[in-house]
Amino acid sequence: MKKWRMDSRFRGNDARCENVARCENYTGYGNGMLEKTFLADRDYRVPAGCGVSGIMNEAGERFSGEAIITSIALMRDRSNGLGGGFAAYGIYPDLASYYAFHLMYETEDAKRQAEEYLKLSYTIMHDEPIPSREVKVITRSPILWRYFLKPREEALVRNPLFSEEDLIAQTVMHINGQIRDALVASSGKNMGIFKGVGYPEDIGEFYCLENYQGYIWTAHGRFPTNSVAWWGGAHPFGLLDWSVVHNGEISSYGINRRYLQNFGYLCSFFTDTEVITYLVDLLSRKHGLSFELVAKILAAPFWVDIERMPEEEKEFYQGLRMIYGSALLNGPFGVIVCNTETMLGLNDRLKLRPLVAARWGDFIYVASEESAIREICPRPDRVWMPRAGDPVIGRLKQEPGDRSQESEVRSRENIPATDRDSWVDQALAIDGQGLRAASQDDKADTQEVL
Amino acid sequence: MAKIPIVQDFVVERDEDKCIHCQVCCRMCSNDAHTYDQESDRVSTDSHKCVGCHFCESFCPTSALTIRRNSSEIRQNANWKQEMLTWISKQADTGGVLLTGMGCDQPYPVYWDHILLNASQVTNPSIDPLREPMELRTYLGRKPDRLEPEDIKGPGKKVHLKSKIGNQLMLQTPILFSAMSYGSISLNACKSLAWAASEFGTFYNTGEGGLHRDLYPYGANTIVQVASGRFGVHEEYLKAGAAIEIKIGQGAKPGIGGHLPGEKVNEEVSRTRMIPMGSDAISPAPHHDIYSIEDLRQLIYALKEATRYEKPVGVKISAVHNVAPIATGVVRAGADFVSIDGLRGGTGAAPTVIRNNVGIPIELAIAAVDTRLRQEGIRNHASVIAAGGFRTSGDIIKAIALGADAVYIGTSALVGLGCHLCQKCYTGKCNWGIATQDPFLTKRLNPNIGARRLVNLLRAWSLEIKEMMGGMGINAVESLRGNREALRGVGLSDTDLQILGIKPAGEAW
Repeated sequence: MKKWRMDSRFRGNDARCENVARCENYTGYGNGMLEKTFLADRDYRVPAGCGVSGIMNEAGERFSGEAIITSIALMRDRSNGLGGGFAAYGIYPDLASYYAFHLMYETEDAKRQAEEYLKLSYTIMHDEPIPSREVKVITRSPILWRYFLKPREEALVRNPLFSEEDLIAQTVMHINGQIRDALVASSGKNMGIFKGVGYPEDIGEFYCLENYQGYIWTAHGRFPTNSVAWWGGAHPFGLLDWSVVHNGEISSYGINRRYLQNFGYLCSFFTDTEVITYLVDLLSRKHGLSFELVAKILAAPFWVDIERMPEEEKEFYQGLRMIYGSALLNGPFGVIVCNTETMLGLNDRLKLRPLVAARWGDFIYVASEESAIREICPRPDRVWMPRAGDPVIGRLKQEPGDRSQESEVRSRENIPATDRDSWVDQALAIDGQGLRAASQDDKADTQEVL
Repeated sequence: MAKIPIVQDFVVERDEDKCIHCQVCCRMCSNDAHTYDQESDRVSTDSHKCVGCHFCESFCPTSALTIRRNSSEIRQNANWKQEMLTWISKQADTGGVLLTGMGCDQPYPVYWDHILLNASQVTNPSIDPLREPMELRTYLGRKPDRLEPEDIKGPGKKVHLKSKIGNQLMLQTPILFSAMSYGSISLNACKSLAWAASEFGTFYNTGEGGLHRDLYPYGANTIVQVASGRFGVHEEYLKAGAAIEIKIGQGAKPGIGGHLPGEKVNEEVSRTRMIPMGSDAISPAPHHDIYSIEDLRQLIYALKEATRYEKPVGVKISAVHNVAPIATGVVRAGADFVSIDGLRGGTGAAPTVIRNNVGIPIELAIAAVDTRLRQEGIRNHASVIAAGGFRTSGDIIKAIALGADAVYIGTSALVGLGCHLCQKCYTGKCNWGIATQDPFLTKRLNPNIGARRLVNLLRAWSLEIKEMMGGMGINAVESLRGNREALRGVGLSDTDLQILGIKPAGEAW
């Protein structure tokens, strides 16, 4: 049984990524030939239309990036070639205990500055260029580097209330805010964000994503309204193990941003996605709220609906809106938020942007268009249109880290582990189970949509 | 030397062809500007007595009357204005402090007129309030910063609130009627406000005049005020309202107290205020039990104790230079809401020189207070109610976007009841039956009609706010509150823009 159609471009493509070659290219734009556009121009908030897609295997089975590329490529007309990107979870099993930092630099100087800053609080266990290959339509790129970091003990003892996550968040905010030509694309464990200026399928090819194996993949094709397209402005946006792909424009941006500043989040990118990421981090990580409740804060139920609830529930939702009114996301959006264990698909409270969900065995899909799901999963067990404000939640059934803990010591050259054939076998194996499990899953789905 | 006559403010023109000598105007004018001469069967007018309230003009059955400003002018002088000469002349006559009513009428910049709102185009759909819910519901009061995770956790678990949220005032629209005391305004005006607030689902404020026994049934929509004179304050009064407001200052007269002349203290006012009939009701400039912020804290908690912590207690301050730190202190002292009254806030009586020269515009005060409370991380701890000259729903929506939770309207509510801003409230001769206790005048204001007009005003402004919010693609007022990205300044200096926290018009996100 064929799982999905591969883009012909990926068939039999054995091109190895030329790390070193790319690396030499980087120095090429210190020579003034190219103006600074990769990371600059971040001072404007650019409205953008978009296509989004996400796939999760709730059993934690990993699969390559081809599926997500195929899915997002189908929605090519939802983007305009000025931004595309992917988030992948489970891609660094061998280095899963370290924070994987994906960085973009405009200049060598910024790289040096950022590395100096990182060394203050972390031991760099490993670092290397992010593998990429020549793609015809992507003519230039910033310096792309990844680091696997272990926080130093002494960086954490300063304040007992200061957690390891707070340190990471602070580091990310510092680099993004203070080091002008450097940008942290992602900073979570065993995950990474790959993004840039171009159509998403080209970005996927550029980053050799078929070589990675992950259990959650999300993708984004961007349609910014002007040409101030910089690599950092592409989605997904990430902080810690959060990643967000987002289609929409947040009308409440001004107050959401000011609200976050109260809690020490410095929004340095002027993007709606950044604000969504920080809100989810605040509500979920810092305030310990479930994804269901986070959804009910970001896309709060209307007062008329709250009035109809049973007394206890009514009181609760009234309180929720009173406390978290400034975290309400107003305006149109369809968003996919992920962390290591979860994938959350959510619409605004009026459903002003499209979002479709599907389930097939252990797989859960969320995309802007149903066709983007059917392209990679022609016969899902169930396809549904989540209602306004109703979250679609995929949850990992087992800890993803288990398999990789013991392999920390393995050779560093091993990453990413590449084996498309084994992926197909895996997919087929899951396929069989998935069909059997389908009837049981129906029940779970109804819970999912709340 | 002969007494120097005061130049009259208005000229009353009577069209003799239209006048039927019915003498309605003579009976109407509480200032006795119109007189009838039986012998000649003519009605004549002494324009010197006209205050420009337009009551006779409005009710002349043949429209024979027109009130115009007096065009008599002194030699052009950029420094000396006609009104200043009049003031000096009056004071040289009497040796007294000049009094006035209503808000500051001087041409200070009105920042509302230099702030523009946003609207959605293409990238972000506007929302049609006729088709989609558009939420104006507002809760005023202290709110916790977060939900405790043990309140709720995990999917499927039943949700409940472990820690109760403090007492809140629930408003159907972010507009309240500001403090106007019984005494300064008539009971019919109070009833109009109370009935309208009750019908629309918002609140009116007793001012420092106590609560007339006829108004106790509307307690659920009443904010009772405790001011420096403590007039009419007793346990039953405190418990009758939905919230308590401690009045420290008033925008029209920051730093000074109040004075209700004995002439206005009739039997009803006397009973309500708990003072002898005919005696002046003087509110001291400070509360004599509040000489510092820690004293304010004691009063806040004394009032909370007295009402068993069942009601939010707020503090009203006037917008002065140091308003942001003062507001912060008030919040830290335990206030559940802070009311800020700006330069253009109204009054029943204030010294003209103070009304015209003391305080700062409410626009700047809202911006400064909201910014400071956020910097201090205590914005959630209290709601901010802005007051001081809101003229249209446009002003109100801008105030909310600057950071106010809700606004108080006073002058515009009175205008809705007929007020023409003649600024003579302190004389007790209000022809419209608002700022007077004269039974002949107060009966002119029918509280049923008054309440209906105020409900209409709230409804109209709420609809307009919904339309503007929908245009911005926002369907809940909490997404507008403090959302300064929705605002742009035009014709403002960099410093103004910086204080207001808004970008200049023409600048994108």
